[in-house]
Amino acid sequence: MPDPVSLEKLPLRQHATVAAIDWARLAVPESRRLRELGFDEGVHVEVLHRARLGGGPIACRVGRMTVALRRGVAGAILVAPLAG
Amino acid sequence: MNAAPMVALVGNPNAGKSALFNALTGARQKVGNYPGVTVERHSGRLALPDGRPVELVDLPGAYSLDPGSPDERVTRNVLMGTQIGERRPDALIVVVDASNLDNHLRFTLQLIALGLPVVVALNMVDLAERDGLVLDPAILSEALGVPVVSTVAVRRRGIEALKEHVGAMISGGARAKTPEEPAATEDIVAVQRRARSIAIATTVSETPTRRWTHALDSIALHPLWGMILLATILFLMFQAVFSWATIPADAIDAGFGALGAAITAQLGDGFIQSLLVDGVIAGVGAVLVFLPQILILFLFILLLEASGYMVRAAFLMDQVMASVGLSGRAFIPLLSSFACAVPGIMATRSIEDEKDRLTTILIAPLMTCSARLPVYTLIISALIPNTPVLPFIGLQGVVMFALYVFGVVGAFAAAFFLRKTVTQGASSGFMMEMPKYQLPRLRDVAQGLRSRAEIFLRRAGTIILYSTVALWLLLSFPKPPVGSPVSPVNYSIAGRIANGLAVVLKPIGFDRDIALALIPAMAAREVAVAALGTVYAIDNPDGGVGQKALAANLQKRWSLPTALAFLMWFVFAPQCISTIAVTRRETNSWRWPAFMVGYLFALAYIAAGATYWAAIALGL
Repeated sequence: MPDPVSLEKLPLRQHATVAAIDWARLAVPESRRLRELGFDEGVHVEVLHRARLGGGPIACRVGRMTVALRRGVAGAILVAPLAG
Repeated sequence: MNAAPMVALVGNPNAGKSALFNALTGARQKVGNYPGVTVERHSGRLALPDGRPVELVDLPGAYSLDPGSPDERVTRNVLMGTQIGERRPDALIVVVDASNLDNHLRFTLQLIALGLPVVVALNMVDLAERDGLVLDPAILSEALGVPVVSTVAVRRRGIEALKEHVGAMISGGARAKTPEEPAATEDIVAVQRRARSIAIATTVSETPTRRWTHALDSIALHPLWGMILLATILFLMFQAVFSWATIPADAIDAGFGALGAAITAQLGDGFIQSLLVDGVIAGVGAVLVFLPQILILFLFILLLEASGYMVRAAFLMDQVMASVGLSGRAFIPLLSSFACAVPGIMATRSIEDEKDRLTTILIAPLMTCSARLPVYTLIISALIPNTPVLPFIGLQGVVMFALYVFGVVGAFAAAFFLRKTVTQGASSGFMMEMPKYQLPRLRDVAQGLRSRAEIFLRRAGTIILYSTVALWLLLSFPKPPVGSPVSPVNYSIAGRIANGLAVVLKPIGFDRDIALALIPAMAAREVAVAALGTVYAIDNPDGGVGQKALAANLQKRWSLPTALAFLMWFVFAPQCISTIAVTRRETNSWRWPAFMVGYLFALAYIAAGATYWAAIALGL
């Protein structure tokens, strides 16, 4: 199994599961919203779109939902890429 | 106490709650406000199959009972029975999106734990099936311990079955237990895991596809094509507002003109005639002319929202907004503010971060709202020569465009400085669910448009009516004695106030007549046009009335530097009582509206003064 990477660095369309979330890096409302949107260890994720090279937000699939996140938040989410 | 039992519709955002609400109540609905907050309260009458009436309330969408935004706080408070001015519902209809079960079920579980009778509407099952998802409502019902009804709100499927369950819940007399405190944040994960296992059990088969949405997003969210698409949509929107609206607007204008003439013919000249024609009809007519423009703008905004595109626009704009300390979410309220700052400011309640929201409210009045258009149009057509700048592009169009740009640039600069000073704070985040694209339902859009029109007409019928009548009174009394050398306007109360104000406004190129027009324009910017007309008409009764006479008067009395300064004044000046009032309600204090009025007037004074003196220096 490949090494865990941050969701920010995950290649487009690469399926992965959430390995760990660094809650300490996130503000309280950010963590709450992230949990509410279904981010949790073991959940299936995939990066669908990146707004721009540089700092724009990313759109990713979490479970059956598509969610927009800023890169800073995505950087706090560690994912394990799935083979295939 | 209302006798009809109350049932609340609750669910996550994007669960199709509003469509279900429309399907259940039809046209029998009412939009109001919760006291103290500007969160809209949507309620309606639902007739049960046996004829009993039920009051149905559509609560704002929420992700959990742990409130993140003012909207979610209302939902929580109503459910806990602590919302002022609202009873605790007798039963709940929990709406879940069938294709997003694992997420929506978490909130459902929290809601069921509250102890109120619940029926679950498994909504948008058609879209779930299209996405290759087959669900078993019976398994879901057993796992949750409450009845589950499959619905397709937009096609009115499952509505009758849902009504029967509502009837059963109410006659069951199952009274609610005392509200239990909702689960703490730490438990969210546990509830989420339970929700996920129920979702997995309910899912009979699943082929993971979101082909449509994904294909559209590849374009809509593309760094280049997405931006081009957004620019095209915005261009179309403004094009529609400026060109399509002229025909109905001219018709309304002509209608009011004819009405005024008919009244004059019936009553002859006199006190009542002048009050009705110069006060009421001129004032209210001047505002109703904007109804077509506002409706076209709202039509676009409602369509963009209902189709799911608005979130994509916010996604694309997030980086730009972040550069001045705002988030992509601010894009939606700011775009609405091009129609009118009032709904724009109300739309900020979806912004979670308090500082972020406050900044957006404070800059929203800088977006060029439709009420500025008549002012800009009048001044530009009367005083700016339409010399060609480029082939097909005249100077008048360039000036109009520049005024829009000044507003946007001013707003961004203001946001930047506000975020560094009064609304200082950590940069807020941007985290948003991106719903599937959907074809907007005509009926739901029409419903939204109707309630916007009602709000606007109510405003025209109250604030604007009173202020124009008040101006007419102030301008008409007291009458100068016969043979007095003082003109009627100078002698009137309004004239005396304006003479004092003119001293302050003289350095930026404004004379007494302009000061006089600015006073009633405090009620609403567009009143300035009517006010200038009234001032010149009362001052010089032989000069004729109407747009042509007004333009001729302006050409005779105004210099170009004054005209340019006047336009700049209107880019910034907070001349709108409704905006100030809605800011007061939204921020729940007088402090912020007072601050807003102060900083915008200061900006207006500086910008108009700088323009005036620069124009003089350039020899214009």
